[in-house]
Amino acid sequence: MTQQQALQEYVLRLADSAMILGQRLSELTGKAPAVEEELASMNVALDLVGQARNWYEYAAELIDDGRNADNLCFLRDAHDYRNLLLVEQPNEDYAVTIARQFFFDVWHYFTLKSLVNASDERIASIAAKAVKEATYHLRRSSEWVKRMGDGTEESHRRMQNAFDILWRFTGELITPDDVDNAMFKAGIGPDPEQLRQDWLGMVREVSAQATVTPGAEDAWMYMGGKRGEHTEHLGHILAVMQFLPRAYPDATTW
Amino acid sequence: MYAQMVETGTKRLKTLEEMSPEERDFQAKIDAETKIEPKNWMPEGYRKTLIRQISQHAHSEIVGMLPEGNWVTRAPTLKRKLQLMAKIQDEAGHGLYLYSAMETLGADRDEEIQKLHDGKAKYSSIFNYPTLNWADMGAVGWLVDGAAIVNQVVLQRTSYGPYSRAMVRICKEESFHQRQGYQILLDMMREGTQEQKDMVQDAINRLWWPALMMFGPHDDDSPNSQQSMAWKIKRKSNDELRQMFIDQTIPQLEYLGCTVPDPDLKWNEERGHYDFGEINWKEFYDVLKGDGPCNRERIATRRKAIEEGAWVREAAVAYAAKQKQRAAA
Repeated sequence: MTQQQALQEYVLRLADSAMILGQRLSELTGKAPAVEEELASMNVALDLVGQARNWYEYAAELIDDGRNADNLCFLRDAHDYRNLLLVEQPNEDYAVTIARQFFFDVWHYFTLKSLVNASDERIASIAAKAVKEATYHLRRSSEWVKRMGDGTEESHRRMQNAFDILWRFTGELITPDDVDNAMFKAGIGPDPEQLRQDWLGMVREVSAQATVTPGAEDAWMYMGGKRGEHTEHLGHILAVMQFLPRAYPDATTW
Repeated sequence: MYAQMVETGTKRLKTLEEMSPEERDFQAKIDAETKIEPKNWMPEGYRKTLIRQISQHAHSEIVGMLPEGNWVTRAPTLKRKLQLMAKIQDEAGHGLYLYSAMETLGADRDEEIQKLHDGKAKYSSIFNYPTLNWADMGAVGWLVDGAAIVNQVVLQRTSYGPYSRAMVRICKEESFHQRQGYQILLDMMREGTQEQKDMVQDAINRLWWPALMMFGPHDDDSPNSQQSMAWKIKRKSNDELRQMFIDQTIPQLEYLGCTVPDPDLKWNEERGHYDFGEINWKEFYDVLKGDGPCNRERIATRRKAIEEGAWVREAAVAYAAKQKQRAAA
């Protein structure tokens, strides 16, 4: 893999993870547990899709095969998607929605914080804007993990259950592969070992305050999103999300 | 808009002689265009009417997110998705803002929402219609937000201060939504394929009459309007507003190159207004009663969200109480 290929892959991962989580959150429209949560979750979704657009635009320039940001988002099939498996997991219980957000936000925050100093200027400038949003996202999801974990008996049970369900998707966030290692070496991506420690450290800290128990570090982990091997959910997400551009391939303007 | 047939509890207007001294002072303030503020004395009927109207308006913002939520996951480009998400977020914000204005009148948000879920409170009839193709996202912005703005621009001068101020802010955002909606349709009509153009016409065909119904019954069939007008909660009659909406919308329709499903629509030189056909009032009253295409689904979705979210809200309360206790210890 050339460095250019690794860079393309890496930018697509950032784009796809933000996009798919934004898509999942937008499914909640009109269905959140309080009006304040409608506002907050749509706000996060809006930030994520906005970030995805910035990453897709850069990815399109790097790939340079005539496809634009919309084409990358709406015309690639599941095996070409590079998002983390975590973000494609369904909303289900609101505790699952929140735990998914929290695990992602911790990863996202530390990743973006590091990317602000990337040797690649485009990445640094996109990350500089995104990290401000991610800081707020993380504050919000951490607060909810604590409220639910240390709220009522029922909310505690639900949050613990959400941790148990989602834990197996977290290994992928902090287990580097060739692309991650190449990006670190190129002075672009975060130090994988540092990211792993930061992620585990913050998850443990918030879990302790929330009185929930995170999974074991050596637990079996379900991985594959970063190389395009997804859970069954992604195909359905794309079927909905990509419906119009695929049903009307002749339409060039919407 | 989003408030139709708000009950005022009065059959006819009181004359000045019939009013108590307090009522007379109140009416004098209204007549002098002095805004009524939360701490001012107000007749019970005025308070109740406003609670009904503002809560209806707030409920409409929240229920109105559902027909858009139906398409936000299928928006065809990143730009359109971001626009629609921002619009939905604004609506949630309007809902919160209006519930707060309503609470200045001594009403409780949870109680009013419960009335909505029990079928005792209304919301705009328009949101009981389904959104069936992508062009509906344009047509809803253009026609539904457009109709709402015609009403709300006038409501900026409504007599109750907090409601009036909420309207000023909401109008700005809704004008933006309306232009965006129109742009969706215009882009498809100008640069779209025949299939896309057909979507636009189909959306207008389905939403035109329901949009006109948003203004409520004819003035003659609107017994509550008179009292609301005297209190200057309402400032223009249903028929006046409907006519204003049609007069401003038809030139935009022609610019799009589309038509509306009304054979009687034509410019009347003498009146200086468009004439138009009779609304299907049976359909209007059916939808208001609960027999519209989506009434059941809309309420069921809202009820489910709030009922299934009870544990989340309870957790937040319990956690806040624990934090308070810990801080005190």
